[in-house]
Amino acid sequence: MKLADFTYEVREGLGISFQAIRANKMRSVLTTLGIVIGILSVTLMGTAIEGLSRGFNESIAKIGADVLYVQKWPWFGGEDWWKYRNRKKIDYSNFKAIEKQATLVKTVSPAAWTVVPVKYNGRSGSTVFTIGSNHLYLETGGMSMDMGRFFSQAESDGGRPVVVLGYGVAENLFPRENPIGQNLRVGNSTFRIVGVVEKQGSFLGDESADNRIVIPIEAFFQKFGGNRGIQISVKAADIKNLEDTKEELRGILRKARRVAPGAEDDFSINQQDLIIQKFNTIGGVVAGIGIFITALSLFVGAIGIMNIMFVSVTERTKEIGIRMAIGARRGTILLQFLIEAGVLSLMGGIIGVIIAYPLSLLINQVLPTSMPLSVVAVALLLSILVGMISGFLPANRASKLDPVEALRYE
Amino acid sequence: MNVINIKSIRKTYIMGTEEVHALVDVSLSIDRGEYVAIMGPSGSGKSTLMNMLGCLDTPTSGLYEFNGVNVSEMNDNQLARVRNKEIGFVFQTFNLIPRSDALHNVELPLVYGGVNAADRKRLAREALTHVNLADRMHHKPNELSGGQRQRVAIARALVTKPSIILADEPTGNLDTKTGDDIMALLEELHLQGNTIILVTHEEYIAEHAHRIIRLRDGKVERDEHVDKRVVPKIEEPV
Repeated sequence: MKLADFTYEVREGLGISFQAIRANKMRSVLTTLGIVIGILSVTLMGTAIEGLSRGFNESIAKIGADVLYVQKWPWFGGEDWWKYRNRKKIDYSNFKAIEKQATLVKTVSPAAWTVVPVKYNGRSGSTVFTIGSNHLYLETGGMSMDMGRFFSQAESDGGRPVVVLGYGVAENLFPRENPIGQNLRVGNSTFRIVGVVEKQGSFLGDESADNRIVIPIEAFFQKFGGNRGIQISVKAADIKNLEDTKEELRGILRKARRVAPGAEDDFSINQQDLIIQKFNTIGGVVAGIGIFITALSLFVGAIGIMNIMFVSVTERTKEIGIRMAIGARRGTILLQFLIEAGVLSLMGGIIGVIIAYPLSLLINQVLPTSMPLSVVAVALLLSILVGMISGFLPANRASKLDPVEALRYE
Repeated sequence: MNVINIKSIRKTYIMGTEEVHALVDVSLSIDRGEYVAIMGPSGSGKSTLMNMLGCLDTPTSGLYEFNGVNVSEMNDNQLARVRNKEIGFVFQTFNLIPRSDALHNVELPLVYGGVNAADRKRLAREALTHVNLADRMHHKPNELSGGQRQRVAIARALVTKPSIILADEPTGNLDTKTGDDIMALLEELHLQGNTIILVTHEEYIAEHAHRIIRLRDGKVERDEHVDKRVVPKIEEPV
């Protein structure tokens, strides 16, 4: 068959499909319901997964994959809760040891934290974390300033009463005024505001990053007591040497914490790739569930289309006979009904995408995403494919009709 | 030259456990330009013969040559092609596609014949004009009278310029007056050189033809030429 003949037949098939769908509007729409739901689920899942991984990557990029966290608890430690619970706390001397001895690190910064009332002019926001850290907090955390400056090494070492606000805190306490230079009440003490850290985004529990204030750790210890556990963030000098850096830290810490040779570490060195691994697992589960729901609803939709196509073939037996009498080949009839099933299903796909779009805007409230064009394209192609597959049996039955019998059918 | 040449054709159906011999040893040939009526009571095998002549069905045994080509051993696609190019069907129940307008109904054989859109439209318009329906091209079948529908069907049969026009009880669903109009149209087409095969069980319809083949019990009972000039049709007294 020539290509031109094929295109005439495809065009004729499309024309027949539109006529048939127009003639049975209600039936067609109801038939596509399963496909609508299936495509709705495909597009929303696609959008959500895309948003999850984009949000995740943005967060990871912000923190940096080259940062190691010395903590009492491993991030994904398993079940041995009591073992970790009974570990000696990570204290300031551990930080000092690393700061002095480590050679493979770029920056090291400690973090002690507490929750005390934070007020300006008698106004207080929601619960604010007060962090004690050094002047390298910003660089280690991969952050930058929104306004003002971070405190200096001199201010840090001298325990000066200066404070840097998280973006959320500044927004809450200073809706109109410029916070720089103002005095902030932190617990029972007064600190002068020198800067505001830029907005950190809202994914992966990072909301707390905007809802915190940072003061020099020496000042923190003076006001809130020095005998407490801290977390130490270490930025490696070169991400390629991350494992070596980790080993070096282990050595320093084991010595500083007097861990007997052969004994287990009594601290944990956590890193981003643990989150990445965990995320991939979670993402995989989400995708798996999504694919299952999608497959299920598309399957239901496919059955619906197959059913209605069988009805269509039976209703139009006579028409099939007529077309065969005037020269339609069996392949032509097969193609015609395949096209009709595809068009019907595509219609469901289009309706699904149209419904999915406003819902994807809702997802956008939570995840940084919009409906990707690739997901729309995949959804529409998928709907055509599902339609053609489910239309195959009815179309095949139509094409196998005996023209004499079909013409006699009333 | 023969358009149709049939030799010792048989058609046997299996109905349950019983064999039904619809056609038993039928031989006939039809020349180009003939106007032939096939007559017979119901059960005589005339429908089976018509399906066979129209290449909708193949014989159980025997030879069927169409324009010198053996069609009795053709596959489905080859038969579809012969139906498309060489045969124009006119049915008792018109058999138009209900959702398509007159023009598209007439175009349809050309679509399946791979004719491009511009030529299709032009040929279909010509054919509809030929049957005096130039002003009804965009009417759907249910917007047309029975006679008009049959004219659309005739236009559809003509549009591919087929070797034969196969009319199966073309007036069966029409009143006498409209039926006469349709028969006049077929007569006109015959005078323009078309080969027409008319299947009917009504004597006065068959008498429009120039040759009548009578079937009974699956066999040719009689095959006679009607000389219109010598035997003019005489109205029988009521």
